[in-house]
Amino acid sequence: MTVVQNLPLICFYAFAAVMLLSALAVITLKNTVHAVLALVLTFFSAACMWLLAEAEFLALALIVVYVGAVMVLFLFVVMMLDIDVEKLREGFVKFLPVGLIVAVVMLVEMLGVIGVHAMQLRTGSVDPAAAVGMSNTEWLGFALYTRYLLPFEIAALILTVGVIAAVALTLRERRDARYENASRQVKADPRKRLRMVKMPPAHGDESTAQEEPHA
Amino acid sequence: MISLADFIVVAAILFCIAAAGLFINRKNVIVLLMSIELMLLAVNTNFVGFSRFLGDVSGQVFVFFILTVAAAEAAIGLAILVLLFRTRSTINIADIDSMKG
Repeated sequence: MTVVQNLPLICFYAFAAVMLLSALAVITLKNTVHAVLALVLTFFSAACMWLLAEAEFLALALIVVYVGAVMVLFLFVVMMLDIDVEKLREGFVKFLPVGLIVAVVMLVEMLGVIGVHAMQLRTGSVDPAAAVGMSNTEWLGFALYTRYLLPFEIAALILTVGVIAAVALTLRERRDARYENASRQVKADPRKRLRMVKMPPAHGDESTAQEEPHA
Repeated sequence: MISLADFIVVAAILFCIAAAGLFINRKNVIVLLMSIELMLLAVNTNFVGFSRFLGDVSGQVFVFFILTVAAAEAAIGLAILVLLFRTRSTINIADIDSMKG
């Protein structure tokens, strides 16, 4: 086996290593902004791994939706809140052994389950979308708009509910601020605001004669 | 070539890292939210791997729905976080005990 034949596998391990290291950085970094940036790197390497599995549409969707939108949202919130990091990390060392034990036990259990079953699954070395002569996006789209049409619509509904909920939660009326009442502004009648007054012009000679100091 | 075992082992490790993150950062809500995102990413990676190696499109469709729900969840979670910080001036979980749970 040459390096060229093994190139996908080498790339896979490289991306997996970057992903796992940056995931470790996410949970251990002290500065939350740095943690969010490490999370961006995690998602990016995961997208690269998905590309290697020929899931092109989802890989790009992950980058656009997560790196482009959700992570920016996280960054905005982290930068907006003025957080005392030292106080938030005071339990870090105390909970470290518990966390490690739980994680390692979980990992051993998972690997035990995987080891029994997954090694037997070596089917499908060919891209399933290419096997039916479609691109990945076409393949996914055909399933999404036929068999999964109703869940797809419900997903749109969930996103709408999410938008409305997020806005409704954070919307507040400040007592100390002055607001324009839009409907009152629209209903305003110019004739009530501005009064045109017709004044007869005063006689010029009369006024100048009064103001002129008599010499 | 890459095999299915590679995918699910990497996803399992990622999931365990996220679970450890839940334990060691239990004061900081933002890192907790990020750990949940990592868990969802691990599950999605599993789905993508299974979809590829079993030749079934349903796995990728499910990843699509999980991405949707996770995006909505992140938006609402962060909105609650902003609201919490506005009223309590803290995001420390230990201080958030008004429900006496």
